[in-house]
Amino acid sequence: MKAILRRELVAYFTSPIVYVYLAIFTFFSGLFFTVGCLSAKTTNMASVYDSMFVVFLVIIPILTMRLFSEEKKQRTDQGLLTAPVSITGIVMGKFLAATVVFCCGMLVFFVYALMLAAHSAVQWQLVFCYTIGMMLLGMAFISIGIFVSSLTESQIISAIGSFVFMMVIYLINSIAQLAGSAISGRAGLWISNAIASLSFLTRFYEFTYGILSFSAVLFFISASAVMLFLTVKVIERRRYR
Amino acid sequence: MIEVKNLSKHYGDKKAVDNISFTVEDGIILGFLGPNGAGKSTTMNMLTGYISATGGQALINGIDILKDPIKAKEQIGYLPEIPPLYVDMTVKEYLDFIYDLKKCKLPREKHIKQVCNVVKITDVYNRIIKNLSKGYKQRVGLAQALIGNPPILILDEPTVGLDPHQIIEIRDLIKNLGKEHTVILSSHILSEIQAVCDKIIILNKGQVAANDTAENIASAISADNKFTVRVEGPRDKVIDEIDGIAGVVKITPSAEREKDVYDYEVETDGTDIRRMLFRTVVENNWVMLGLKSSELTLEDIFLKITMGEGIKIPTKKKPAAPAKAEEKSEDKKNDKKEDKKPSENKNKKKKSGGKK
Repeated sequence: MKAILRRELVAYFTSPIVYVYLAIFTFFSGLFFTVGCLSAKTTNMASVYDSMFVVFLVIIPILTMRLFSEEKKQRTDQGLLTAPVSITGIVMGKFLAATVVFCCGMLVFFVYALMLAAHSAVQWQLVFCYTIGMMLLGMAFISIGIFVSSLTESQIISAIGSFVFMMVIYLINSIAQLAGSAISGRAGLWISNAIASLSFLTRFYEFTYGILSFSAVLFFISASAVMLFLTVKVIERRRYR
Repeated sequence: MIEVKNLSKHYGDKKAVDNISFTVEDGIILGFLGPNGAGKSTTMNMLTGYISATGGQALINGIDILKDPIKAKEQIGYLPEIPPLYVDMTVKEYLDFIYDLKKCKLPREKHIKQVCNVVKITDVYNRIIKNLSKGYKQRVGLAQALIGNPPILILDEPTVGLDPHQIIEIRDLIKNLGKEHTVILSSHILSEIQAVCDKIIILNKGQVAANDTAENIASAISADNKFTVRVEGPRDKVIDEIDGIAGVVKITPSAEREKDVYDYEVETDGTDIRRMLFRTVVENNWVMLGLKSSELTLEDIFLKITMGEGIKIPTKKKPAAPAKAEEKSEDKKNDKKEDKKPSENKNKKKKSGGKK
């Protein structure tokens, strides 16, 4: 796992991908910061974090699209899968590498907070709460991206696939409403609630309200775990075809 | 030691590898030979745990590759058909990565340097793999397999795409590696297998068609009751006369070599007619320009086994045990079927098409 983590990090930072990712990340967060905090003259950064959700739909696939697709295309997966390492180790190595890059991007939020702190008091507990929420969200999205990447050889399909997957997650609240209104009675309500309970958005907003809830933390961690588990299964299954 | 027991791999209805069994003893270089799609790479991929088997078992030094994959994989260095190279890395970075990946315990610097020396890539050590020539890439792939000094090396077409000079180098290298490792290599190139391998397994349509040393395979199906004679003289007359010699089963002339000089392929029932043949030629005042037995090369064997006829040669246990070539298919349209007992030096000829 360590070897793969290290290699992936080197590969990230020697390719333009990470810089494109960081540039887009910094641009949008900077834009939201300027509009949401500087112009609005507030130290409450919740709106900046909120707005980043949509940006993630586009930029996290950039980070994850090549992780398994490229291996498969270049046939380097053959080297990995015949080396004395477990598939879980391979998947975790890649997941952690993407997470490290993601966290690098997050650092810019502390720069924003420091800028605000120069003018007025910043509620650091809240900033940490937001940051934890965002990191958990990012990890869940990264594991979705890795999962889709393990399904295809093409980086483009991998990127678009993860985007669509995350888009559906983004729209879950609306889908739940639609389902609720389409199906009448208790069943409709039940289905609607079931779908809504999968909402990443609702859970993420808990953090930006400043609530560090255990259930939300657990939700994102289990979402990541499920996607990574499925990735391992996909790779394992490929051997049986 | 590699033991393969009834290994199969099916892709839907297609049987890529169909119930093959063989054993590779320690310190042997085994060659996998077979046409495209015979199941060479599939077998290798199953041995290395890249794909799983539909049925059967592969034991690497007694460890089942599916039951304890990590331990079994530690025993193997694998060079797949396309070397699994990260082309954006330098050779050094790449080998460092492989070293970490394999959790190698040998002294890092020294071991990697040593491997580089063995496969002769020291001069490109700091170059990016993308920019290397095919030959060097192949060697980096080989280096990757050698890292960690695994007792078993599995090399899938290690010389493909190399120039003749490099091929010879890699062959010598494999021969040297064979002194300390158990090696399985696959190839289309027959002379390569013949030059390098101690034992040969010929695969055809997912089945083991032959499993023996090159010499034994050759003697099992080659025909030393066949030879070519080059005679100067009127063609039809020569044919008539030679056909008249007791023991000759068949004579076929080939194209005219020089004026009035033809090669004739003579097939006998096993009796040695060379002296008689010579006398016949002299008595008729013709000139014999050459006489040689048509020994089958590995190439002929390969073609014979893998084309049309689909012969299968059972492994010879001891020289005393007669080997019989048997037809795999029931198809009686095959024009020839050879059945021979080489150990007794007595040849029989059977023809299912038409007997002369």
